[in-house]
Amino acid sequence: MSSVIFNLSKIRYAYPGGPLVLNDIDFTLRAGDRIGLVAPNGSGKTTLFHVIMGLIKPLSGTVEVFGAPREAEVDFIEVRRRIGLLFQDADDQLFSPTVLEDVAFGPLNLGKSRQEAVTVARNTLDFLGLNGFEDRVTYKLSGGEKRLVSLATVLAMEPEVLLLDEPSSGLDSSTKDTLIDILNGLELSFVLISHEFDFLSKTTEHIYTMHGGRIRFDQELDIHTHEHAHLMGKQPHRHL
Amino acid sequence: MIRESFSEGNSWIHGIDPRLRVTGATAFAVVVAVSYDFRTLTTALLLALCMALSARLDFREVMRRLLAPLIFLLLLWAVLPWSYEGDTLKVWGPLVITRPGVTLCAQISLKTICLMVAFMALVATMTVDTLGHTLNRLWLPDKMVHMLLITYRYLFVIELEYQRLVRAMKIRNFHPKTNLHSYRTYAYLVGMLFVRASERARRVHSAMICRGFNGRFVSLRTFPPNLRNYIFLLGISFSIVVLVTLEWMK
Repeated sequence: MSSVIFNLSKIRYAYPGGPLVLNDIDFTLRAGDRIGLVAPNGSGKTTLFHVIMGLIKPLSGTVEVFGAPREAEVDFIEVRRRIGLLFQDADDQLFSPTVLEDVAFGPLNLGKSRQEAVTVARNTLDFLGLNGFEDRVTYKLSGGEKRLVSLATVLAMEPEVLLLDEPSSGLDSSTKDTLIDILNGLELSFVLISHEFDFLSKTTEHIYTMHGGRIRFDQELDIHTHEHAHLMGKQPHRHL
Repeated sequence: MIRESFSEGNSWIHGIDPRLRVTGATAFAVVVAVSYDFRTLTTALLLALCMALSARLDFREVMRRLLAPLIFLLLLWAVLPWSYEGDTLKVWGPLVITRPGVTLCAQISLKTICLMVAFMALVATMTVDTLGHTLNRLWLPDKMVHMLLITYRYLFVIELEYQRLVRAMKIRNFHPKTNLHSYRTYAYLVGMLFVRASERARRVHSAMICRGFNGRFVSLRTFPPNLRNYIFLLGISFSIVVLVTLEWMK
């Protein structure tokens, strides 16, 4: 059995004055797992990620990451170093004026020297095909570029696990393909939230759903066909 | 919105180490602010104009930026000359214009214009983020520098959010009028901006924590030494000595 990365058990969480978003959730991720999470808006996916990172304290239940229970703020410092979270909105993640500074921010916080941090940042940008972006101003990047640069900021910390919150939303199909190639080229375990089955099927091994504050497991991928109708349907065509 | 047109030039002033420029401008400002002698103030104004010329600032843009302080000065000129006590200079009907009042107005006006022009030439010729990192190197408290840099970064995001909200109002046919409905709508707009800004701040902070932020920014900038730094240091020190001599050594 491969090693357990994190293990959530009986997690409950509700926003002040709201219903339970997470209701006795159990969720385990093992090294090598690539899990897709698909569920309606407001079903608690993002909240779940924030619980794992220690940004939100659950009302009850236990969070165990890398073999140790995590409760206090200091427990999560190691978690945040080894797990990378890609936020839904790239503008939340990119706060430095220039791309290089933003990508180097994480490595600098990990105690690397300026020179090392810049080297790591440049290598990460190269790896993502973002050469020449170093001195670009972050708020002037396009949506797709912002997403890739945010991914670079997370990868620059050399995490062992990624939590990706809707990485594909709002991207055009070519940027989406780039992202799929990048994710498949990484030797990392990850959990990926998305509403797009196509995207999930190309990047993940299992797809889970969330319902009523719980996770439904093991919906293995099935290849299936639909009949569908649209204009010009008799012409030979392909769907992307 | 922040426009940084001055920072895009490439005069010799742009090439000077930003730390020297900020310290120089600050020292100049302190001396001018505490001076009252008109010889000192006119010399300082001349020096400021020289700086603006050597930074090759666009004259019309300088005037445009001076407009706001000029309106403020106009207000002073409208009030101070008759409301200040002292020797009578002139009598206009019920109004008595006093000599100290006019002198004070002239001093304030000279100082304001002089400092505005000097700061445009020395400080506005760097981008806000360079300024932030410079202040950081000059041992300003981290918190203040972070606030400056993050305000600068998110002003654009907040402006985009503002534009989105305004568009949402426009497509539903909102025309501002002088009535309660318009006032309420604008109040909602401002309220929404605050709510969104604070939500955004929370998320940004989470994102920073996730990347190991521990309250300390490390700047990647380096400011290599060059000859112009020494020339500028010499020039600004000499100017300050001249101003101090004019003001205090009579």
